[in-house]
Amino acid sequence: MSVPTAAVKTAKDAAVKTAKDYASDQEVRWCPGCGDYAILKAVQKTLAELQADTAKTVFISGIGCAARFPYYMATYGFHTIHGRAPAFATGVKLTNPALDVWVVSGDGDALSIGGNHLLHVLRRNVDLQILLFNNEIYGLTKGQYSPTSRVGTRSPSTPGGSVDTPVCAGSFALGAGARFFARSVDTQQKHLPEVLKRARAHRGTALVEIFQNCIVYNDGAFDSFTQRSVAADREILLEHGKPMIFGKEGNKGLRLAKGRLALEAVTLGEEGVSEADILVHDETDRALAGLLAGLQPAGLQPAGLQPPTMPVALGVLYCDPAPSYEGRVVEEVARARQTHPATLAELLHKGHTWTVA
Amino acid sequence: MEGSTALADGPSGRQVIESAVVRFAGDSGDGMQLTGSQFTLSTALAGNDLATFPDFPAEIRAPVGTTFGVSAFQINFGARVIKTAGDALDVLVAMNPAALKANLVDVKPHGLLILDSGAFNERNLAKAGYAGDPRGDGSLKDYRVIEVDMSQRTQDALKDSGLTKKEALRCKNMWALGLIYWMFGRPRETTVDWLAGKFAKRPDIAAANIAALNAGHAFGETAELGEQAAAFSVPPAEIAPGVYRNITGAEALSWGLVAGAAGAALKLVFCSYPITPASSVLHTLAALKDHGVVTFQAEDEIAAVCAAIGASYAGGIGVTSSSGPGVALKMEAVGLAISAELPLVVVNAQRAGPSTGMPTKTEQSDLYQSVFGRNGDSPLVVLAARSPADCFDVAIEAVRIATKYMTPVILLSDGYIANAAEPWRLPDAESLPQFPARFETNPEGFQPFNRDPDTLARVWAVPGTPGLEHRIGGIEKASDSGDISYDPANHQTMTDLRRNKVLGVARDVPPQGFEAGGPGDDLVVIGWGSTYGPISRAVDTLRAEGLAVAHLHLRHIWPLPLNLGDLLAGFGRILVPEMNGGQLVTVLRSEYLVPAESLSKVTGKPFKIDEIEAAVRARLESQP
Repeated sequence: MSVPTAAVKTAKDAAVKTAKDYASDQEVRWCPGCGDYAILKAVQKTLAELQADTAKTVFISGIGCAARFPYYMATYGFHTIHGRAPAFATGVKLTNPALDVWVVSGDGDALSIGGNHLLHVLRRNVDLQILLFNNEIYGLTKGQYSPTSRVGTRSPSTPGGSVDTPVCAGSFALGAGARFFARSVDTQQKHLPEVLKRARAHRGTALVEIFQNCIVYNDGAFDSFTQRSVAADREILLEHGKPMIFGKEGNKGLRLAKGRLALEAVTLGEEGVSEADILVHDETDRALAGLLAGLQPAGLQPAGLQPPTMPVALGVLYCDPAPSYEGRVVEEVARARQTHPATLAELLHKGHTWTVA
Repeated sequence: MEGSTALADGPSGRQVIESAVVRFAGDSGDGMQLTGSQFTLSTALAGNDLATFPDFPAEIRAPVGTTFGVSAFQINFGARVIKTAGDALDVLVAMNPAALKANLVDVKPHGLLILDSGAFNERNLAKAGYAGDPRGDGSLKDYRVIEVDMSQRTQDALKDSGLTKKEALRCKNMWALGLIYWMFGRPRETTVDWLAGKFAKRPDIAAANIAALNAGHAFGETAELGEQAAAFSVPPAEIAPGVYRNITGAEALSWGLVAGAAGAALKLVFCSYPITPASSVLHTLAALKDHGVVTFQAEDEIAAVCAAIGASYAGGIGVTSSSGPGVALKMEAVGLAISAELPLVVVNAQRAGPSTGMPTKTEQSDLYQSVFGRNGDSPLVVLAARSPADCFDVAIEAVRIATKYMTPVILLSDGYIANAAEPWRLPDAESLPQFPARFETNPEGFQPFNRDPDTLARVWAVPGTPGLEHRIGGIEKASDSGDISYDPANHQTMTDLRRNKVLGVARDVPPQGFEAGGPGDDLVVIGWGSTYGPISRAVDTLRAEGLAVAHLHLRHIWPLPLNLGDLLAGFGRILVPEMNGGQLVTVLRSEYLVPAESLSKVTGKPFKIDEIEAAVRARLESQP
């Protein structure tokens, strides 16, 4: 029996699908006002724009608030165990590479209990989209600090404020050998679907960090750069091949600091800075991606420092495709089968045998 | 040999014996495993039944000459059916003092020691931890000793070969093999052919090894070894006609998985993480890409089992393998496969525990872990292989049950079975069991937890199937729709369903039978797994003496066979030998309220036949 991969178009499928057609009949049970609603909407919208085949689409999650996501999608879905979704997804892709597999994870799921699996799925480059809902807190277990919580985070488990350094998802991913890393924000309903489309178009592991607001335990965690009043000055929306310009007036830019391997924000027209001085974003440049990933949300800086002058980089920080893991594995097996389609009888009889009459 | 029955004078004055146990022991670098496997092959070709067991050091490159660097290979062969690798040695070939020191304890009184005297120098004696030379202090007086300077004789034989001294000395294992070939009247042709093939690119090395082999053989023919080492003949055993090969448990298990996946018409996706003594299954399957096998070396034990479950979810047969500590790491995920009702095979090559325990030593102490070792009420199927070749059939059975019942199956092997080898009569590939898996494709009335009323297995609807899009997970689900449910009555229903589904597997397996004896005997010995060899030999011997002892050996550990309770009810004495503290015995007592008694051994070594015989005798001599 072979795994069915060719979907037969039914009358319903033939019709144009809308975002609603990607929603399951299950009642969504996140807290009112949770950023997850906005991400769900953006994903459904993205799939509708792509007219994705629900039968060939699989959402796989671990444990946490974000992990409920597959239940709300009208696709195939597998809600697995804490931190291990990338491993399940790897098994799925090794078995049927034709499936479009999305992993949905949170900061605790992906970077704490599942950190090892994230590291390895990225370096292997399994063809998946991994959506990392980063709200910098443990929501489902009621508010403990997470591996992305900023130093000093007060929580039930750190009443005096957390003391350990948070992990930066982008730096981690690049260090692990990721070939695609992008960022967006739950509420940015124009930006997020575009990033998701880029992730889906990428062959290999595409990690998308989505800054997601937890309205109950960590409300406003990203306000310092996402609030409408400041966003233009504190976010830079990257576009491949375009100068890295930002700011309300469109007059700020990033350039390489003199004599240091670091980015600095400058203002066009001040101190003789012109557009020619501004770096052009090259999403295939791993070193540049590393610098951009390191531009942290304001609050990540130790308390007491000046308000940030550096923007948070959003969009596709890095995209440099390489052959996917499961593609190479399946190809190797197919080649072996083609060269020598072995039979069971052959297997049993290979090597030394003898006959007893 | 000594203690064996001399049947008659054999060809050309050789003494005919029924069976013999030979162990080759030397330094890790002395090539003892190769020597042993060559002797095994020629012994099989000579028509003997046999069983072998390699015993390698835990250290990868232990210091030369030390006892913990000793590598050994044991073979028991005979004119009768051979069931174990042998209790005690008739012949020990010791290539250095450390090999003698580490293995002497296993040699029978008056057994034959063949020592490479060239290696018995002060330095090697000191490294082995000998205060004096055991050859001169009387400590070997209970044995027959042949001392040959194999090192020197090998060098002499190769003096014109152009090889360096170091290269020439590497051939001394072939010299020893040549001598043993002479001793048991074995032909050298297969080894000569094998050497020529193995060193095809270094004809000088091939020629040197062959010359050493011939020199050792010639030494046996011409030397006056006297009565202490007569030449022997072990006549062919009565063996059922057929095509045979020698096979290790790890190979048989791997091939059984391939045959099982073929029987289910599914892609085999094998996901594993290296661990002793289970890794050889990963190695074997990784080389079978031309059979369509996909192997995945995961980043850890947990990822391995999760990927295997993902494979089954996507419509393959996911298999993972490990040993005890690794299986412990997998158990949360196994619980998910139980809850989501997906097929999965988990192979556990058990080793001595707890914790890291003794990775290279065998034990069967993961029965509790397999049957009970998960959170929640989480039933699954547990099977156990009894011998290397049996792994083939049990692996097919594991795939059959996993796919038919949509359940995880734990397949218990152990370090002994994985590494040991025995001759195997090859089955006809065309007549292997076929049980094609059935995928749901009909959207009409589809619910992911619709069940077969007979097996209680849920439908298998794989991603990619139009119209069957659904969501599953580890949260309790409504028995009808499969939607998330915290309903109290539903949890009771689902818990009962999972339990009854697994218990129902017992209706789908052959009734339990006796290996020997039966109802009416005074005592029954119940075993499982690799204790099969020593138990069956011990019971055969006791029955031959007229004692009323029965033997019953379990493949199905959970659920237990339907008729087992009835079989046991007839016995006043039930003895359960296990290489653990008494695990199956507890299950039997709790399931059947029978007076089962434990015979426990946890030394990292298999039971000896003697030990089981003695335990049975002691119980039969005492009044119940």
